[in-house]
Amino acid sequence: MTYAADLPVWAAVPTAFLLLLGAALALIGSFGLLRLGSFYDRIHAPTLGTTMGIGCVLAASMLFFSVLETRLVLHELLIGVLMVVTTPVTLMLLARAALYRDRTEGSDDVPPPPLPPVKDRDVRD
Amino acid sequence: MRKWLPFSLMTASLLSIWLLLTESLTPGAVILGLAVAFGAQRALMALAPPRVRFRHLRVAFDLAAVVLREVVRSNWAVAWIVLRPGGTERVSGFVRIPLDMRAPYGLTALACIITATPGTLWVEYDTSDNTMLLHVLDLIDEEEWVRIIKDRYERRLMEIFG
Amino acid sequence: MSVVLLGWSVFLAQILLGLAMACATYRLLRGPRAQDRVLGLDTLYVNATMLLLTFGMRSGSTLYFEAALIIALLGFVATAAMAKFLMRGEVIE
Repeated sequence: MTYAADLPVWAAVPTAFLLLLGAALALIGSFGLLRLGSFYDRIHAPTLGTTMGIGCVLAASMLFFSVLETRLVLHELLIGVLMVVTTPVTLMLLARAALYRDRTEGSDDVPPPPLPPVKDRDVRD
Repeated sequence: MRKWLPFSLMTASLLSIWLLLTESLTPGAVILGLAVAFGAQRALMALAPPRVRFRHLRVAFDLAAVVLREVVRSNWAVAWIVLRPGGTERVSGFVRIPLDMRAPYGLTALACIITATPGTLWVEYDTSDNTMLLHVLDLIDEEEWVRIIKDRYERRLMEIFG
Repeated sequence: MSVVLLGWSVFLAQILLGLAMACATYRLLRGPRAQDRVLGLDTLYVNATMLLLTFGMRSGSTLYFEAALIIALLGFVATAAMAKFLMRGEVIE
């Protein structure tokens, strides 16, 4: 990393901090995949990495390259936008797939499907 | 003109993505980016998406600040849940939440916000009685979650998307 | 000073991300159910994106940024397709 020798300390310290914070959050999130008990608990864990984890790493990268090349390097924002848009979609799809599979197997851990239209809803309420 | 205007926001964002990707602001890049953005916008019009009615920019910034704060806060909360030793007293579960909002973009935004926040997950939406199924990692009080979703997010989204 | 600090912090971040990828791989290999495996794969993609960004900082080239962008895109498409497959047994209906 000798090319980074002319990076001032005021930029190096926050870069290092953000990088380590982001990596640590990603590790905690992935560790949650091992630690938590059921699938519906585990699906919450990776959001640590996909929100603040990757946000911190991207901020570190932007700060690092902007100061090093003395111009605004912003293209990391694209990965950030991509993550913000795609993560909820994949997690929602995955949760719905899991719910569908559990329901077709008649598992007791998941709530029943929404009540079928109008008539028997009055009876069951 | 009306045919072009509804998605000018879309064109602008496509152009900015193009400029970020090429990392230049030369006239050539801008012209090429505009051409790509307009082409992509025309392709999108073929899908005939529902119109966006976007109002109250100030509320939108307000909402963005709230979401950012909540994401940071629940990051620490979920990290603590994962790292906490022992910890069998935590209960996770599903909550069915009745919604008042019907606007499709508002519901989309709500689903993305809830899922992107660590610790909460939008699982299912039922069109017939307009309810959603929420999964919460650390469920203490169901009523409180209904109140949180409605007060914190839905009220603001209804102001924004009408 | 800043070379030493950054060298060590990038190295440490890479180790942390490598461990994170190991955790995700364990979930990918052990299941127990198909949705757990897909979740592990999705996490693996996100961690790989971050790891590539740290490699970019180590080498000072923006080439890694593009690789990271492509991995993030592919991860989304792959996970969406597999979630769809779990739900219906078909990717394209």
